[in-house]
Amino acid sequence: MIKYIVKRLLLLIPVLIGVTFFVFTILSLAPYDPVTVILGDGATEEAMENMREELGLNDPLLVRYVNYIWDLLHGDFGKSYKTRLPVADQILSRFPNTILLASCSMVIAIVLGIPLGILSAKKQYSLLDNVATVGGLISVSMPNFWLGLLLVILFALKLRWLPSQGMGEDPVSLIKSLILPSITLGTGIMASVMRMTRSSVLETMRQDYISTARSKGIAESRVTVRHMLKNALIPIITISALQFGHLLGGSMLTETVFSWPGVGRYMLDAIKTKDTPAIMGSVILMSVSFSIMNLLADILYAFVDPRIKSQYQTKKKNKQKKSPAEDGGKEATA
Amino acid sequence: MNTILDVKDLVIHYETDDGCVYAVNGLDLDLQEGETLGLVGETGAGKTTLARGIMGLVPDPPGRIRGGEIIYRGTDLLQCSNAEMRKVRGRKIAMIFQDPMTSLNPVTNVGLQIAEAIQSHEKLSRKAAMQKACQMLEQVGIPAERAGEYPHQFSGGMKQRVVIAIALACNPDILIADEPTTALDVTIQAQVLDMLRELRETYHMSMLLITHDLGVVAQTCDRVAVIYGGEIVESADVYTLFDQHLHPYTQGLLDSIPKLNEDVERLKPIEGMMPDPTQLPEGCRFCSRCAYADERCRTEHPNMLDLGNGHKVRCFRYETQEVEPHE
Amino acid sequence: MKKQAAAASGKARSLGADAWYRFKKNRLAVISLIFLCLMIVIAFSTFIIDWATDSSFYDAKVIAQDLRRRLEPPSWEHPFGLDEFGRDMLLRIIWGARYSLFMGMAAVFGATLLGGFLGAISGYYKTADGIIMRVMDILLAVPTILLATAIVAAFGTSKVNLIMAILISQTPTFARVVRASVLTVKEQEYIEAAKAMGASDMHIIIKYIIPNSLSPLIVQCTMSVASAILSIASLSFIGLGIQAPMPEWGAMLSNARTYIRDSWHITVIPGAAIMVTILMLNIIGDGLRDALDPRLKN
Repeated sequence: MIKYIVKRLLLLIPVLIGVTFFVFTILSLAPYDPVTVILGDGATEEAMENMREELGLNDPLLVRYVNYIWDLLHGDFGKSYKTRLPVADQILSRFPNTILLASCSMVIAIVLGIPLGILSAKKQYSLLDNVATVGGLISVSMPNFWLGLLLVILFALKLRWLPSQGMGEDPVSLIKSLILPSITLGTGIMASVMRMTRSSVLETMRQDYISTARSKGIAESRVTVRHMLKNALIPIITISALQFGHLLGGSMLTETVFSWPGVGRYMLDAIKTKDTPAIMGSVILMSVSFSIMNLLADILYAFVDPRIKSQYQTKKKNKQKKSPAEDGGKEATA
Repeated sequence: MNTILDVKDLVIHYETDDGCVYAVNGLDLDLQEGETLGLVGETGAGKTTLARGIMGLVPDPPGRIRGGEIIYRGTDLLQCSNAEMRKVRGRKIAMIFQDPMTSLNPVTNVGLQIAEAIQSHEKLSRKAAMQKACQMLEQVGIPAERAGEYPHQFSGGMKQRVVIAIALACNPDILIADEPTTALDVTIQAQVLDMLRELRETYHMSMLLITHDLGVVAQTCDRVAVIYGGEIVESADVYTLFDQHLHPYTQGLLDSIPKLNEDVERLKPIEGMMPDPTQLPEGCRFCSRCAYADERCRTEHPNMLDLGNGHKVRCFRYETQEVEPHE
Repeated sequence: MKKQAAAASGKARSLGADAWYRFKKNRLAVISLIFLCLMIVIAFSTFIIDWATDSSFYDAKVIAQDLRRRLEPPSWEHPFGLDEFGRDMLLRIIWGARYSLFMGMAAVFGATLLGGFLGAISGYYKTADGIIMRVMDILLAVPTILLATAIVAAFGTSKVNLIMAILISQTPTFARVVRASVLTVKEQEYIEAAKAMGASDMHIIIKYIIPNSLSPLIVQCTMSVASAILSIASLSFIGLGIQAPMPEWGAMLSNARTYIRDSWHITVIPGAAIMVTILMLNIIGDGLRDALDPRLKN
């Protein structure tokens, strides 16, 4: 198991190299001069040339990339072009805010999404199922920045119950300021979790072992939890982990709507000012959190499904055999 | 002998998008205490639906029980509430499903799957239930140490043993075995059947054995009912059925078995197909495939004729034709 | 068991006709499809009006400002109200549909061709598989919106760049879908049988692989147009997509943010337009999936 985790973590390295190289190349190909970003339009030609030399911008692309990676390996994410502050510090200071928001949204999504999905599946075609299905469809179709704006209009401007902007300092105002952005981010994810739970539970409901379980005369609640849900859990884990991975990378739009001081807004500002080191830092954070969550999902599969667990353990013996977890993940993301 | 289970005029339909499937249509069946009754018929005849109907496990939607009674020791199971039905399932009537490969929950260890059946009917601690589950495993020939293992670690035959252990865990009165050996290798089939027979004796159960294999019937059953198009067309004790079967369908079934003592080039299949269960023929269900069918068979539905000695047949031919009395 | 019997005895229909028959039963999906077609027709007719009037109608009604009547709420004369510059919201929504619909479709069309091609190659030829799928994995590890943002940020906010950005970010999804179905189909015994009978690679690809990859591809297309529309709106909302004064829905929302305290309708209406479009596409996608793959349903 540990071997498997280490192997997966090692596999992260080429992906990260690929992602950073890809984004680095795009940014370098861009027809603009970062020096003007740093010095402004009024700078002299000489000052600009010095700055270029200092930043190594005159080197060829590959050299610059290797230099960047080299610095990265020494823990140096570079300095922001705009603020001249170390990128790593700036991102790390904002990351807790994003984690907080992401976790709250995820809690909303899971606490509501899974039970609703189960109920909806068990009472297929009932009024509740229809309402949940239509509601779920609407929720996944709603652009979440728009939902955010609607919530602001209703709860912040009309009813004046909750703040519309920023992040509160003391616990009470912090919680108050968390509510609207969490709902904004959580609603869409809740809907996808619900839809996934519903279809997955519907799928397991038809399995023979559910009939076996019922034929034993055990309570329906036990049939639902131990037999249906546990078997239906893998796609639910997949989608939740992927969504959480996305959230941890920061959500540009929602953080912008609510002026939430997280990494998403930091990245958006970086993109708008074409601040290459800051963009690169954010991209790395995004990819890492996304990949780690993916790995976490694969590890969780082993706890849910003994078949997958035994495959991780015997991986050495049958290498050509692919883990079903990977396939499951692919299906769900596709 | 007492009748332990009496199914009367049971009607089960599946209402699907493509029309109504008439799966079980006015079916009568009785099971005596301590006997093994074989229910024989081809795929789609309504065997599994009947079994699920008795267990109260017809998937709804699309399945609907449209009428009839299922009387177990004087109570009509169709009138029971869900909670009452739950006490019957496993404790009074247990069922073994067709495919052992898919009948066990893949993510729960087998010991627990047996133990939860025990715990739901008997006031036992977790530990005591687990202990009993281990005994059950030993009983079906699986070492108790394997209780902590998961279904994917067992072979098909072993899985079916586990399924049997689950079914017998609460010492039920009736065991419904739905094609318990169909999915198994031929060599394992005999083992499982022998075991079922022995266990039936030890536990004094009545057994309803659903199968399409007349060989299995001959080996295991006391009495046989032949099902076609969702109704019983002939029932008799096993010797009578093999020697003096009357219904043309039973005739066809027996003719399609290869016989060791005759030299035949080709097997004799029953011509034609099962009628479409969404549009059953008005008259005799078998008329389109029957060599003796006449106008009346096509328009009028035959009733069950009681020929005495427990031999019943659903065919017009024996209304007038003299049947030699059974000895 | 019962169902198979019923289906087998029913009238034999071709796969497409059968799928259409099942799709028609889903009333919500049919309504959505009709509505979406109507929207496409209306959006397309705006091009004709622009061409016929030499854009004078567009300039006068959609772009020209009338500051005296700014933020006027919905009325009989202007059912969607007037925006922050006194322009009719209904007309702006209608003229805005072309960006979301046609740019979204163009991006997805390109992504389908590119992704489908890459997916088919990596599914069919083992040697190419490793490289192509690693590249796709890398693209997938970057969220769509970020990828599109980076491309647009780097190359500027032209419509073509926007389409390219979304095209590139959607490509891996299509590559995966096609590759997955090619891999499944390739393993089927009827392909073995066809090979045993001496069918060529080309024959197998055209006769078996493409038809079998088609249903997941169609479903993915519908869903992808929905997410492309969302991406366009999102990019415009953060100022990296279509710019004002062009009536793109996301850009309209972005401007509306400034006036959120004064007026609700200019925020609600463009978002509702985005939502309704995406909702219809999702409903159609769900309906298609159920119709094309009946095993998944019930």
